[in-house]
Amino acid sequence: MVEELGRTTEGDLIINVGPQHPATHGVLHLVITLNGETIKNVEPHLGFIHRSIEKMCESLTYRQFIYVTSRMDYLSSHINNHACALCVEKGMQIEIPKRAQVIRVLMDELTRIASHELWWGAMAMDLGAFTPFFHAFRERESINDIMEETCGARLTMNYIVPGGVMQDIHPNFQQRVKTFIQLYKSKIHEYDEMVTGNIIFQNRMKNIGYLSPEDAISFGCTGPTARGSGVSSDIRKIYPYEIYDQIEFDEILETGGDSFSRYLVRIREMQQSIRIIEQLIDNIPEGDFQAKTKAVLKLPKGEFYTRVETARGEFGVYIVSEGGTTPYRIKFRSPGFSNLSVLNHIARGSKLGDLIAIMGTLDLVIPDIDR
Amino acid sequence: MFIKEYINDVYCAVKSLLVGMRRTGYYFTHHKEIITQEYPDNRATLQLPERFKGEVVMPHDSSNEHRCTGCTACEIACPNGTIKVITKFEVNAEGKKKKAIDKLVYHLELCTMCNLCIIACPSDAIKMAQTFEHSVYNRSELTKILNNPGSKIMDGVE
Amino acid sequence: MWSLSKIANIIHDWLNSTFNPTIATAIEMLFAGIAVISLFAILGLVLVLMERRVAAWMQIRLGPNRVGPFGLMQSMADTIKLLVKEGLTPDGADKFLFNLAPFIAIIVAMLLMAPIAFAKDFQLWDLNIGVLYLSSVSSIMVISILMAGWSSNNKYSLIGAMRSGAQIVSYELSAGFAILTIIVLTGSLQISEIVQSQSNGWWIFKGHIPAIIAFVIFMIAVTAETNRAPFDLAEAESELTAGFHTEYSGMKFALFFLSEYVNVFIVCAIGATLFLGGWMPLHIGNWQGFNNIMDFIPSSVWFFGKTFFLIFLIMWFRWTFPRLRIDQLLNLEWKYLLPISMFNLLLMTALAILGWYF
Repeated sequence: MVEELGRTTEGDLIINVGPQHPATHGVLHLVITLNGETIKNVEPHLGFIHRSIEKMCESLTYRQFIYVTSRMDYLSSHINNHACALCVEKGMQIEIPKRAQVIRVLMDELTRIASHELWWGAMAMDLGAFTPFFHAFRERESINDIMEETCGARLTMNYIVPGGVMQDIHPNFQQRVKTFIQLYKSKIHEYDEMVTGNIIFQNRMKNIGYLSPEDAISFGCTGPTARGSGVSSDIRKIYPYEIYDQIEFDEILETGGDSFSRYLVRIREMQQSIRIIEQLIDNIPEGDFQAKTKAVLKLPKGEFYTRVETARGEFGVYIVSEGGTTPYRIKFRSPGFSNLSVLNHIARGSKLGDLIAIMGTLDLVIPDIDR
Repeated sequence: MFIKEYINDVYCAVKSLLVGMRRTGYYFTHHKEIITQEYPDNRATLQLPERFKGEVVMPHDSSNEHRCTGCTACEIACPNGTIKVITKFEVNAEGKKKKAIDKLVYHLELCTMCNLCIIACPSDAIKMAQTFEHSVYNRSELTKILNNPGSKIMDGVE
Repeated sequence: MWSLSKIANIIHDWLNSTFNPTIATAIEMLFAGIAVISLFAILGLVLVLMERRVAAWMQIRLGPNRVGPFGLMQSMADTIKLLVKEGLTPDGADKFLFNLAPFIAIIVAMLLMAPIAFAKDFQLWDLNIGVLYLSSVSSIMVISILMAGWSSNNKYSLIGAMRSGAQIVSYELSAGFAILTIIVLTGSLQISEIVQSQSNGWWIFKGHIPAIIAFVIFMIAVTAETNRAPFDLAEAESELTAGFHTEYSGMKFALFFLSEYVNVFIVCAIGATLFLGGWMPLHIGNWQGFNNIMDFIPSSVWFFGKTFFLIFLIMWFRWTFPRLRIDQLLNLEWKYLLPISMFNLLLMTALAILGWYF
């Protein structure tokens, strides 16, 4: 920080955005050096919501630590739980029944749609249009109602145990999901009318925050941030887990590299998720929803790593086990951390208003970064 | 030609703006699309799903009996020490000393509603209730004793 | 039938018969002042509630509907809240300018009420350069914004005020050209004559294409002049947390807030007067029956109806579109609106000379 300050010239203004600010999605402190209206340097300060989750997990057993990851990236909470369960199952070599796999993937995709809906609404609100936020929440509320009926909670689902899912799906589940798909398909064109096709939005997002593919790879960006620059990084395609290798869906790649490309990637991913759900909802196989496991789980000595594709990018769980009932060390690779590191690089030279648009398209959730 | 591009720009821009305005105008005039639920006026008709995780309760039947044997499986399963089981020894009908539950202390302020205690219980003694209005004026009211005073275990529960 | 001008005449005659003329004039001025202030207060209350309701219905939710029937007392509650708030003055602020800025905003709004014709023969001051007076006095608004931003001793306020100053000064040009386009047809700057000249039809219909283009440009320009979205960078919450009035709280903030809404009312009143006929009812050609029904509705209802329709249009803009960035905003003005409005003025002048209007 000190040497950065030494590079400021006469007439520069240093502004603090946050930690309490309507546009940073969480508690993020940015120190911006402005020259007039142009940004010269952005420095993020993290750690305001650090809760030492990784240390806490060292005293929890392998069944107990899963609920904590819901609170990390609370918008894709189910997918985070899924990653932890997959890591434990990999360590203990548990075979998961087909029905549980299909239910997990269905819930994953519903969570992905809900997360992208909230991102869309919040992004439009940051740019000044307050109306799409409420329209996005109408769809999100339908998904929340589905989750509430089956899992019991709306945000932090905690529906997964190592070996499968906690309870079988509710009898109304299939009907509700089909109703939701009808609702979504009837409203999807509104998104284009209100936001994507609007000339003001396009002018505020095109040619802003260009991220080249080489930079995306070297900074470690994953998820829609990297796919907007043409870097193929969908874990569901490259290292398929569960039944993703048996379903048909496209990986969305855009080569523009600017904010508008990242925006389009997410909008089209929502449509691909609907496609996956449509393929699975009528074909849920019969069987157990949970594999039989021992009451007390003990992983063998060693190191295990699994990765999944959350709504933000690649989420990884790395467990070091000494053979006991609690892990020796857990490390979570959060997608937001790497995506945030690219902010300084792409925001230089643009205006203050553009910074808000760039942060919106990076889709940061700060508790995910701070853990 | 420059003029043609200019006029084309203006036309496309105005058209996209008018399309957006038509959509909000539609919502302005069609009030049946409103999805607001007027809580707390609708408490009488509010229906929460039966799996909703509100708080942990111990159901008692009409003769004030519950199913808890005091095995402390829920206390072991809980990740953050929300449940404390206090047991006592009591003499049952055959004259043998058996462990029984004295108090099941439940700290609502610490509970994360993760459901692990419910699935760990071997005798279905506890379940999740669908209440969500937990705010109180006095913090000590959040520490609850789940078994009613004077209740005992049902017959036949192991 | 009752009408505002009859009531005014009755009061005028009674005062002149009871007191000597000087005191009667003084008392009339006092009444006029009280009427303007109460109109302010009522407008503020009504517009705040209208904005919240319109916004809510567009966002598929109900608006305020708890405080009083249909939420009508919501504005009262808001006013009481603002009155009892603590009015802080920041430490390094320039005290004189800080306290003066909201009052200039209100004074400008009050001065602009004078030449507007609310009903038939009901104008406070019918000066012969009415339109020029309106256009020039509204430029003083920019001084109060710059004062507020500078004296707050806050980087965010300063940025917001500078942006706003640039924006208002630029968009006055387009608004002025749009106004001139109609003046070319009427030939007079006096408000009462402009309204009289629309007795056989409103200018927006009589002036066909150039008048419609001028109307659209006028609506865009006045949305920018009053710092309303999509041009509300000066108060952009997500970027600068309230811009030039960040440091104001309590009664002073209430004055800024009120002056913004009253400004919206005034520019819509100007638009209604110039383009939509002021207090003239809608007459269609020779349809005698229709025209008689239209004449039955009092002229003040016509005026307020048209003004509130334009206010609804401005609110519709706010809740549909995102905000423009400062350079895109100035781009829009200097590269698109200004050339189009100049060309439009030329077109209208040609039509006026050739007599090709109704």
